[in-house]
Amino acid sequence: MVTSFRSKLHNFIKNFYTLLIFIFLYAPIVVLIVFSFNASKYGTQWEGFTLDWYIKLFEDRAIMKSFYYTVAVAVLSSSIATVIGTFAAIGIHNMKPLRRQVMLNINNLPILNPDIVTGVSMMALFVFFKAQLGFITMLLAHITFNIPYVILSVLPKLRQMPKDILEAAMDLGATPWYAFRKVIVPEISPGIITGALIAFTMSIDDFVISFFTTGNGVSNLSIVIYSMARRGLNPKINALSTIMFVSVLLLLLIVNRQQGKESKKTYRIKGSEM
Amino acid sequence: MKKLLLLMLVAVFMVTTTACGEEQVVLNVYNWGDYIDESILKDFEAEYGIKVNYEMFASNEDMYVKIKQGGTKYDVAFPSDYMIEKMVNEDMLVSFDAASLENYKHIGEKFKGLSYDINNEYSVPYLWGTVGLVYNRELVDEADMMSWDALFDEKYNGQILMYDSQRDSLAVAFKKLGYSLNSTDPKELEEAKQLLIDQKPLVLAYVTDNIKDLMLSEEAAIGVDYSGDAFQILLEGGTEKFGYSVPKEGSNMWFDAMVIPKGSEHVEAAKLFIDYMSRPEVALKNVEYVQYSTPNVSILGDLSEELKSIPYAYPSEEELDHCEVFVDPGAFVEEYNEAWVEIKAN
Repeated sequence: MVTSFRSKLHNFIKNFYTLLIFIFLYAPIVVLIVFSFNASKYGTQWEGFTLDWYIKLFEDRAIMKSFYYTVAVAVLSSSIATVIGTFAAIGIHNMKPLRRQVMLNINNLPILNPDIVTGVSMMALFVFFKAQLGFITMLLAHITFNIPYVILSVLPKLRQMPKDILEAAMDLGATPWYAFRKVIVPEISPGIITGALIAFTMSIDDFVISFFTTGNGVSNLSIVIYSMARRGLNPKINALSTIMFVSVLLLLLIVNRQQGKESKKTYRIKGSEM
Repeated sequence: MKKLLLLMLVAVFMVTTTACGEEQVVLNVYNWGDYIDESILKDFEAEYGIKVNYEMFASNEDMYVKIKQGGTKYDVAFPSDYMIEKMVNEDMLVSFDAASLENYKHIGEKFKGLSYDINNEYSVPYLWGTVGLVYNRELVDEADMMSWDALFDEKYNGQILMYDSQRDSLAVAFKKLGYSLNSTDPKELEEAKQLLIDQKPLVLAYVTDNIKDLMLSEEAAIGVDYSGDAFQILLEGGTEKFGYSVPKEGSNMWFDAMVIPKGSEHVEAAKLFIDYMSRPEVALKNVEYVQYSTPNVSILGDLSEELKSIPYAYPSEEELDHCEVFVDPGAFVEEYNEAWVEIKAN
């Protein structure tokens, strides 16, 4: 009797704690989504349902343009940084211990460096070379700050990979490039995907570095939203955030589904081998 | 993998070619966030065949850094009064004869020849306003609202919001004491500082952007606020409930004006843009969107009833009599900083 009460209490506390965490994490997003349908312009109280903000959002040139730049920079910078970072990680992995340590520290430095320092120094560099600030400079800056994250997430996977399988592949006649594509990349792909996703989100998130490295009419979303915030946030921003949240959620669901299918497949193959 | 690489190359190619392949004039316009009716930009492009590259900033200082550093050749920017003064002093602005613009005649005389641009050679006013008291009519005695004294009145203990910026708060104290808000007299500054320190027990909070929420939720009864932001409170909460006043001792009068930064490659097109913004029907459309006060006196009669219902949006000469525009304090800003730190720390 007592034990069942204790286990019930135990369960209750466990569930309550989980619930509390979910509330903390998701309440702001729920509020944001709800208020994107609010008829009131100012969004402090509920004045009825409307889709107006979604229509106005698509009519807003500044927001739509910055949305386009944000996505373009995020996709390009994360994919380029993933390619560069993966090769760099393989290189670092095969170095002698001392050099590897030095390279890793050099790699970690930009992550620890405050964004503002990175941003200002990049701007100084671009201006020094008389570059016109804009899309290309922002893209270069994003690639630069994304690379260390990719390296950091690929390296552990390389360390986990048994050395023999590469040698086995080459023994069996694979060229190094073929072995790289068919053996190394599939083996470290979880690290590559994680790195690409981190790079993608870091790029979408970034305000400080983007602010200093862009110009000539090119702004990303965080710059536009921040400059609008002075006059009170417009529900258009809520609408945009809702769309972005829902798309990321969908993307996540699709990726999970895909991975679920694949892990089942590999399980079956491994099972049949036994 | 190959497909992805190809796709990326195509994307880079497209972006770079669209950025470089344009022969037409492109104007880089740098304005505050959400501070223009954007359809006006489209109208301007259609009328003159000039493309507008529109960028936004959140503060004068952000804008200053971006223009000072170079990297973008901005053609039109919208700094505030004291920032214009600073930029003129640092030789960052193109001088042009504002009076030669066709629509300059619509700008009211009292908005010309102001301290930041005495000869009207660097700027054309865009929107303007005051700093005053925004209050909840149900919670205060309206007769008190004509003087800064209200902010120092025991009656409103714990219901007062001050503006969280050194110059704005010190300006209130200077004006209450009867001094100029640009005072650089150490003795006057000391008095103002003491006044604000003594006031602190009565103050609910020093705020900037959240003043709107605190007023609308009735947590505060009076607040010091910029007129444009105060109007948002009035329009949302209703003018029957919320009021705004410019105290009789005088206050800060501020301007956001259009300037042409040095380095602009299209000065003539920039002047065209500035002139276009001053055209009565354009200015009217814009002020109905932004809901601040316009210096364009030709359209005052055509404002919507909603805008006309706002008190002190267009104060009379008399009411503006003691109002002043901020002047760049130069090196004395250090003293302001010190006083402000002491006030906040106390």
